[in-house]
Amino acid sequence: MTEQRFHKRSIFLAAYILFALLPIYWMVNMSFKTNEEILSSFSLWPQHFTWANYVTIFTDPSWYSGYINSLIYVGINTVISVSVALPAAYAFSRYRFLGDKHIFFWLLTNRMTPPAVFLLPFFQLYTTLGLMDTHIAVAMAHLLFNVPLAVWILEGFMSGIPREIDETAYIDGYSFPRFFVQIFLPLIKAGVGVAAFFCFMFSWVELLLARTLTSVNAKPIVATMTRTVSASGMDWATLAAAGVLTIVPGAIVIWFVRNYIAKGFAMGRV
Amino acid sequence: MSTIQKPVNQKAWWLVLPVLLCVAFSAILPLMTVVNYSVQDIISPERRVFVGTEWFASVMRDTELHGALWRQLQFSLAVLAVEIPLGIALALSMPAQGWKASAVLVVVALSLLIPWNVVGTIWQIYGRADIGLLGHTLQALGFDYSYTGDPLHAWITVLVMDVWHWTPLVALLAYAGLRSIPDAYYQAARIDGASKLAVFRYIQLPKMRDVLMIAVLLRFMDSFMIYTEPFVLTGGGPGTATTFLSQYLTQKAVGQFDLGPAAAFSLIYFLIILLLCFVLYNWMQSLGAATKEPTHD
Repeated sequence: MTEQRFHKRSIFLAAYILFALLPIYWMVNMSFKTNEEILSSFSLWPQHFTWANYVTIFTDPSWYSGYINSLIYVGINTVISVSVALPAAYAFSRYRFLGDKHIFFWLLTNRMTPPAVFLLPFFQLYTTLGLMDTHIAVAMAHLLFNVPLAVWILEGFMSGIPREIDETAYIDGYSFPRFFVQIFLPLIKAGVGVAAFFCFMFSWVELLLARTLTSVNAKPIVATMTRTVSASGMDWATLAAAGVLTIVPGAIVIWFVRNYIAKGFAMGRV
Repeated sequence: MSTIQKPVNQKAWWLVLPVLLCVAFSAILPLMTVVNYSVQDIISPERRVFVGTEWFASVMRDTELHGALWRQLQFSLAVLAVEIPLGIALALSMPAQGWKASAVLVVVALSLLIPWNVVGTIWQIYGRADIGLLGHTLQALGFDYSYTGDPLHAWITVLVMDVWHWTPLVALLAYAGLRSIPDAYYQAARIDGASKLAVFRYIQLPKMRDVLMIAVLLRFMDSFMIYTEPFVLTGGGPGTATTFLSQYLTQKAVGQFDLGPAAAFSLIYFLIILLLCFVLYNWMQSLGAATKEPTHD
């Protein structure tokens, strides 16, 4: 009975994994084909294996600058988000103060607001400030949902650290900044890593704001891709290769946070 | 953020201040701009007329908007109906420990980390009848499948794409809930001779209840603002079959540059989300209090 049950579960799991991986495999498969092969024949694996599409991306500035632009604004965003969120999360996890719950709730609403709502005002705001088409503009716009997320995740991790540790440190004569950097930060290393990972990820996957706030100089890879889609004469092979390359960073980092990923998605509440 | 045994300290405000400044700049300023637009008719940057609630009234009467809202609700409910049971089933069938558990976890989570427009692209090249594995296979099996031509096919494809993209989130949360069940519970159930179904109903489901509630609300809200994936895959079409709220709003705001109505619509949209968010917040707070209580006793 249990044997059979186990069997059924394995089959279900295998079926799901197949469902999950097939579309990705198909893109990887396509990225190693030429456009002629994609359009003329139908095969489950590349008949004329080629690296040409990847070579195109790594040698054409209009492609690879997209990756660099994305990495720059995602990096700026992650650094700002985590560094402003750290003290705030500490305050929420350790103290009560006027309006604390309201602010905590208000932060959550920003994570949940559709970016489409803020699209026009952002456009106007950054045009007025002369920041259009800069990495800073996109990084700032993404703070909208990443700062709240980082605060929530970090607060979840910090609440798991007993308050006695803080009190002992203060009695031992540590000042707040010294205690925070030397004692507290090492204790919540995992939390900082997870928060940074989620900021990185949500900034990396976002398209709407990134596309609207940039045109040439800071154009992210996700926007480069959509514009290729709309151009006449689809370059499927290069598009597939570009898609594969956008998955790589996530696929690498995910291994390091695999045990915390549920906690991150539940915003520190699991 | 449980409030048990926390000292009051107003100086904590200084720690929160940087966050407030950052978020205020990217949330409050733009929101005030939206409010400002929603009550004016902007003919040109220099000529503006105050119109009061006119835009709100016209948005409320907008049949296209009603259509988009209705499609959105149907879609979000369909998303929940498929993803929640599937996610639970997936969590139950994932291995509990060892390298297999880690490997499965990573494979399952993979789709969550793909940029949203790439998700659209993946399904585009997967679903097309001429070059896609799915489209080609369905055609070969005799289905006249075309996600660009048939509204129903488009809708189902967007749904399947969302299931593919986000079921792992539900599964991960349910999995985290399952792992928090002590072995003693299962042993007791075995001694009592409980069936698998009873174990699920009386041990696993109650333990997963809280994380599942988070999953339901997150999925509902996030599917409520879905934009990028259908934008890439179907562009909202054919016709308006897959034009959901964000898509419609973006068309109005950027495409037609109807600032006033778009702003009024934004505010209504924002209020709906705010309401949902309030429910989620209270749920998460009570969850935080419930899980932290035992450690204090």
